[in-house]
Amino acid sequence: MSGWRRLAKLQPQIISWLEVGPLALILLLFFGVPMLIVLGVSFFDYGRVQMIPAFIFDNYIELFTSSLTLRLYLTTLKYVVIVWAVTLVIGFTVAYFLVFHVRSLLWQIGLFLLCTVPFWTSNIIRMISWIPFLGRHGVFNQALMAVGLIHQPLSFLLFSDFAVIVAYVHLNTLFMIVPIFNSMARIDPSLLEAASDAGAGRLRVVREIVLPLSKTGIALGSIFVITLVMGDFFVVKVMSGGQSSTVVSALSTEIASLQYPPAAASSVILVVIVALIVSAILRLVDVRKELTG
Amino acid sequence: MASLRHGPRPWTFYALATFFALFVLFLYGPMIVIYVLSFQGPNGGMTFPINGFSLHWFKALIEQERTGDIAGAFRRSLVLACIVGALTVLLSVMAGLGFRRRFRGASFVFYMAIASLIMPGLFVSLGIGIGFQMLGIAPAWYTSALGAQLTWTLPYGLLIMFAVLGRFNRAYEEAATDLGASNWQRLTQVTLPIVLPGIIGVALFGFTLSYDEFPRTLLAAGSTNTLPLEIWAMTTNVTSPALYAVGTVTTIVSFIVIAAALTAIALIERRRLRRISAAERTIGED
Repeated sequence: MSGWRRLAKLQPQIISWLEVGPLALILLLFFGVPMLIVLGVSFFDYGRVQMIPAFIFDNYIELFTSSLTLRLYLTTLKYVVIVWAVTLVIGFTVAYFLVFHVRSLLWQIGLFLLCTVPFWTSNIIRMISWIPFLGRHGVFNQALMAVGLIHQPLSFLLFSDFAVIVAYVHLNTLFMIVPIFNSMARIDPSLLEAASDAGAGRLRVVREIVLPLSKTGIALGSIFVITLVMGDFFVVKVMSGGQSSTVVSALSTEIASLQYPPAAASSVILVVIVALIVSAILRLVDVRKELTG
Repeated sequence: MASLRHGPRPWTFYALATFFALFVLFLYGPMIVIYVLSFQGPNGGMTFPINGFSLHWFKALIEQERTGDIAGAFRRSLVLACIVGALTVLLSVMAGLGFRRRFRGASFVFYMAIASLIMPGLFVSLGIGIGFQMLGIAPAWYTSALGAQLTWTLPYGLLIMFAVLGRFNRAYEEAATDLGASNWQRLTQVTLPIVLPGIIGVALFGFTLSYDEFPRTLLAAGSTNTLPLEIWAMTTNVTSPALYAVGTVTTIVSFIVIAAALTAIALIERRRLRRISAAERTIGED
């Protein structure tokens, strides 16, 4: 023990390394190294089912010269922009309601938990649950026909872009609510009162006080939603009924047919693009303080 | 705006409350529909109207008609989630404590954790799958999939510990040292009990994120499936309410875990409040 103590006095850093080490080692082994492997494999050649070690740029040239790449990115971008906008509006509104309109702390915690509980349940099941809801003979169509709004079932509801977006919003809005809620909860309510006393209307208070002060939360939520939608493949595959493909869903098809090198190259490009988007957001808003408390 | 906290509620309260209620309906409505549909009779279909009431589709799951090895996958997922939960608690609590001091490499580890958090899970899975293939090791749920899931749960655990320890008042630790506590005593009798609710939160994340994890596990699970992989396979080839029955079962498990964790946290907080008020009364009597 005395040896330890002397060591600790000499190098308090060593204690930190020992404490952080196991976590860092696992991340290095199962995240860092695999990412380097993907990078390496993206330069490999490949046969029908096997990889051939090499250092060629063919996979990248293929990607950049194929018109499919652009189409996939445009579809991905379409989903990202729509889902980001919808989740932002819902997330901001819900967080604003919880923070500034629910007066009792107990109710606030309770309603907040109500929004977060689905996060701890299965994404696949939550996605599937839209199938009986949106189908041709689904709950939604039956309800619309029962009240006489439509006479024919709407067929665009399921296995369409609409279904994909509904599922994304359903799965990901939470990632907007939580960080925006955290930012808003730190706003001193007397600021709002002062603005209101000085004659600002509700909308102006939201625009000029609440919005700027919750921008770190908005930035964090945006990073989550954008990366989640860009990285998804199973929602597109199931909810579009195979009619629509994004970058990663196309890539997952390549993986399924064991074409690892082109899939790896496509992953590398996507990661670069995601990194650019994330760093652009970080440049606009410094979220580091928010994360490290 | 004073009316936000006192007096009659403004009209915006009712408008926003309606919006919130609709959002909750959007969040839970479809899930409730599939739970209801999973209790149909043997002739039940994938949507309404409900065709009788029975546990037929749950029995079909256990008897594995057309559905694959659900029971085995379920067992594996539970065991894996317990291991991941335990490791996530241990490693993120340690790392969280370590991050309270400045040390070289801190920002490298931090950024690696963030990158691991937002990296598309399929890519991590691809890298691990190829890596194991190159090393000639067969991937399995208790090796490669375990590692893959930790790259997802550890960053969450670490961020939660940052939030928990950020609010932690270090005066308690200084007081413990002043009163002669050793480092170990200070950790086990002061620091950890104070942050216990946060640690339970980390365990909840570790368990549930692992239990439901899908993209990272996809290429790292080897020849035997975890439950989410089994469900994924079912989405393409099972068109009966058995699919919903799986959903009901797995959600019940999640809800039990969530309820247990939240109840534990609430109980700890309540006991703490009681003790504080008891202590205040004692001080008042002095």
